[in-house]
Amino acid sequence: MSEAVIRVVGLGKSYATAAGLFPALRGVDLTIQAGEYIAIMGPSGSGKSTFMNLLGCLDTPSVGDYFLAGERVAEMDKDALAQLRNRTLGFVFQGFNLLPRMTLQDNVALPLVYAGKDKDSRRAAARRMLDKVGLAAYAESLPSRISGGQQQRVAIARALVNQPRLILADEPTGNLDSHTSEEIMRLFGELNAEGITIVLVTHEPDIAAHARRQVRFLDGRLVSDQFTDACGDAAVGTLPESSLEGGAR
Amino acid sequence: MWKAMLGEAWLAMGANRLRSILTMLGMVIGVGAVVIMLAIGQGAQYAVQQSISTMGANLFILLSGSFTTAGVRSGSSGAPTLNVGDAEAISELEGVANVAPTHQGTRQLVYGAQNWSATVVGTTPPYLEARAWTIASGAAFGDSDVRSATRVALIGKTVAENLFADDDPVGKTMRIQQNPFTVVGVLGSKGQSFDGRDQDDTVIIPLSTAQRKVFGTPFLGSVRMIMVQAASADEMATVEKNVEALLRQRHRLREGMPNDFFSRNLSAVAESEAETTRTMSILLGAIASISLIVGGIGIMNIMLVSVTERTREIGIRMAIGARQKDILTQFLLEAVMISFAGCLIGLLIGLAVALGINFFTGMVVVISGSAALIAFVVAATVGIFFGWYPARKAARLDPIEALRYQ
Repeated sequence: MSEAVIRVVGLGKSYATAAGLFPALRGVDLTIQAGEYIAIMGPSGSGKSTFMNLLGCLDTPSVGDYFLAGERVAEMDKDALAQLRNRTLGFVFQGFNLLPRMTLQDNVALPLVYAGKDKDSRRAAARRMLDKVGLAAYAESLPSRISGGQQQRVAIARALVNQPRLILADEPTGNLDSHTSEEIMRLFGELNAEGITIVLVTHEPDIAAHARRQVRFLDGRLVSDQFTDACGDAAVGTLPESSLEGGAR
Repeated sequence: MWKAMLGEAWLAMGANRLRSILTMLGMVIGVGAVVIMLAIGQGAQYAVQQSISTMGANLFILLSGSFTTAGVRSGSSGAPTLNVGDAEAISELEGVANVAPTHQGTRQLVYGAQNWSATVVGTTPPYLEARAWTIASGAAFGDSDVRSATRVALIGKTVAENLFADDDPVGKTMRIQQNPFTVVGVLGSKGQSFDGRDQDDTVIIPLSTAQRKVFGTPFLGSVRMIMVQAASADEMATVEKNVEALLRQRHRLREGMPNDFFSRNLSAVAESEAETTRTMSILLGAIASISLIVGGIGIMNIMLVSVTERTREIGIRMAIGARQKDILTQFLLEAVMISFAGCLIGLLIGLAVALGINFFTGMVVVISGSAALIAFVVAATVGIFFGWYPARKAARLDPIEALRYQ
């Protein structure tokens, strides 16, 4: 686990607004090793979504450097970013974001279309992934026919289909009840046990508790970085407890 | 990859069936209109070309000059200024295909108890070729008949029907001006001429016989009219000029004296008619293409709506690795598919309507493969042209913005 999957150095992002340049992220340093399971927390407006978009190669930073699997992302063009999104990482969204007109199998296989895979291998891989999340029986159904928790599992299957090293999950349980949330988190735990790095954005402490590392954002800065490994609660918090509580809702 | 994208484009079209069909309708009407207009325009051109070819191509006629007696002018071919010798001299000129001195008038024909009035043309055998006459039955008369002024006649279809009814005219004897003529052949049908005369209401007899027995002429060998056919359309002008120079020389006309004959170009009339139809069909096609453009704008409109509606879908696709090129291709493919499907339906409807017009009105329509091909190419072009902007708009969406779009 020596290789860093993600390494960001002085990462900053500013947006032009009517009131001038608004710094959403002001110099974040973070290194995530392969196989880590990390939760990113913080109130809305803290910059965690901006950070996720940058990690997900959906956006490019204003300042600083981002290395994804050793590659320098800041200098890449849009096609190269698309390729990273396609092969190196997988997205899981709060709203599942399945395409409503496609069968579950086609939804799962979609990243492989953009990877240029042929029809047979697309179908086989999609079946395998649906089987993995326990939904092989619904392969030919439309997303509207299954429950939210099931949809999220299909979305995870889609994120996994191109065998990425990294899963980015943005509030994956935000639209689910607590029971289904547990199921999803168990799935993430299993994936992490297989060696897939998982980065999770959430504002629910009990969801974040599933991760072995929690980082906290506030006003565009990383304010705490905690490991809750089996070996003990080794807190590396840099700010007083009160400010952390203000961040958690 | 392409197959998957085509499948998706098909799915997207099916997802909004009514809208897709309405969008297609613009193309259907556009392509249909172009196909119908081209069919009618080319049909008109074809009809004109047909009547030109029945008249004979590259023809001009020489008419003998007028004379004036006590202030009364006779009009053209009043004076016997042209003669058979002129015709023979003209036939020696380069670029001249056929020369036929003719003398014609209307005479009463009698066969048995029937009689009929028709145009009688006294001429020489080259006349048949110049006017593109064919022989339906029997045989044409030859030069020897002209030399010995035999009483033989070729009759047109109308004459045959009116005079001989059900009898076979070939070998029968009819009378023109009391003179018995043996019918040696029946001419092939040519139908109406440009000015509406029935070209089949004609009897053709040797020139010498006509002059001696039918019309009578004060100066044997003089003719009212010489028909000249140039070998090709390009040579018309040269031939006409050379013929004029030759005749002036033969008629001993000095510099400054007016011609004692008139020259009329027959093809010019026909060609201007052909030109008119051509212009007409281009105009029709152009008007029809406007509806194609309108159809194309309809596609663009709907594709823009579709891009806006599916902004979130585009965001999702981008998040899972679609490149700009992939999104561009997807939307372009949809636009092209709609325009192609519209084109295909339009083509079929256009063909059906064109055939219907032909069936119900008898108007000549020409359906050419090239017209269909043009319509297809245009449809694809319209699809790509008007699909390009919406597709580019989709491809250039910011993935984050697109994902947030509700």
